[in-house]
Amino acid sequence: MTKVVFIEHDGTEHEVDAENGTNLMEAATKHLVPGIDADCGGACACATCMIYVPEEWAAKLPEKEDMEETMLDFCDHSKENSRLACQIEVTDALEGIRVSMPASQH
Amino acid sequence: MSDHVVIVGAGHAAGQAAASLRQEGYEGAITMIGNEPYIPYQRPPLSKKFLAGEIGIDRVYFKPPEFYEKENVTVKLGTRVTEIDRNAKTVHTDKGETLTYSKLLLTTGSRARELNLPGFDLEGVFYLRNVGDVEGIQSYFNKGGKCVIVGGGYIGLEVAAVAAKHGIDVTVLEMAPMVMARVVDPIVSRFYERVHREEGVKIVTGAAVSGFEGKNGQLTKVTCADGTAHEADFVVVGVGILPNVELAVEANLKVENGIAVDECCRTSDPDIYAAGDCTNHPNPLLGERLRLESVHNALEQAKTAAAAICGKEKPYAQIPWFWSDQYDLKLQIVGLSAGYDQAVVRGNPDEGRSFAVFYLKEGRLIAVDAINRAPEFMMSKQLIAKGVSIPAEKLRDESINMKEMAAYAT
Repeated sequence: MTKVVFIEHDGTEHEVDAENGTNLMEAATKHLVPGIDADCGGACACATCMIYVPEEWAAKLPEKEDMEETMLDFCDHSKENSRLACQIEVTDALEGIRVSMPASQH
Repeated sequence: MSDHVVIVGAGHAAGQAAASLRQEGYEGAITMIGNEPYIPYQRPPLSKKFLAGEIGIDRVYFKPPEFYEKENVTVKLGTRVTEIDRNAKTVHTDKGETLTYSKLLLTTGSRARELNLPGFDLEGVFYLRNVGDVEGIQSYFNKGGKCVIVGGGYIGLEVAAVAAKHGIDVTVLEMAPMVMARVVDPIVSRFYERVHREEGVKIVTGAAVSGFEGKNGQLTKVTCADGTAHEADFVVVGVGILPNVELAVEANLKVENGIAVDECCRTSDPDIYAAGDCTNHPNPLLGERLRLESVHNALEQAKTAAAAICGKEKPYAQIPWFWSDQYDLKLQIVGLSAGYDQAVVRGNPDEGRSFAVFYLKEGRLIAVDAINRAPEFMMSKQLIAKGVSIPAEKLRDESINMKEMAAYAT
């Protein structure tokens, strides 16, 4: 289990124990965190699980594949530090990570 | 009478509706009744990662089991609603229960269309609609051998892809002259036929399946009307789905190719709503009534229905979108291409595995099939919603970035 904090756009924090080997989208939906819609269930097809990752954590994440990169590139509210939560596998390296969600997914 | 929303069905729309009812502030009782033994789960992975054995049932649940407890949603599984009594405002179940509702939500979904051909009841003949079906198919996967897929649509081809990756000898029998003929341009059909052949799948088009033959109750071959036969240890039939409208018909609700609802998911009875695959609904963006078989539609209609039950108008107005994963191909579709008069290709469908087809009608962009082309898909989502016209020569010119197409949306 890895501790992950999801922060809603209004600042509400949700600390969850995420199971290693699953992904951050699943961790959020399993723990009923609002703001991660994940319409496609993690197929990298819908871009409704966008999160913002602070700079200090960015390097610890797996690199973006082309599909994720381009999906993000065309999302409203996408920033340099945006990722799709369904594409990030939970590992020990993420212990304590804090990520936030855009207002558009409210 | 106290508030009680009864949800008939336990699929995507049911799960989303339960969540949305609480989000909209509904505090009364909610009961969800599903005939499968599972809480709502996601169906798309059934023909993809779940079939491949890459993920288990706990990773396809729509919401975790704790959700229903936390949100105080009573879930009755393995239970079928047998009758709606609109006068008494009750539903009867096959367990002999009678539940009184203040509002009823029908999310009865759809079922696989069956091929009632000779031998259809042999062991080894499968459809793919629910977890139980997948478990049956998987029991054959592990043995290797030969598989025949009847129907070259999304389900059939997705299963073919997974089976081929499992080292199974796969033959797809499609009645039409090409695969996916009902939904895409021949350019896309030919591309998928090429890729499947490259992956070792045999595709036979123009094949009219006439029956199944077996030995000791076990399927051994699939026969076609022209006299040919294809040996098979198991067969997966994917020839479309039918909306589950029987309850609504028997209750004398208006049904026309799906349970007829308005833009707020209201049926012809003011206390009964419907959402998802089972509905026939107006789409104001497209200016026509539709029955859709898609997750996106189920989720969005469920949100609309939940809002309407809470007395809020949140009309459903979405451009449909779909996806299909086969091998390393991610097909993303937005819009409905029916009635197009021009197909514009961006990229090369004859080489490699990445291109897009834009469907135009009188110059207006109405749909896109994007294969490993997220920019085309994402940009087109916005363009189609705005009903824009874009010259074909711009769309096919790869030196123009998709982002620049936004100029046409103003």
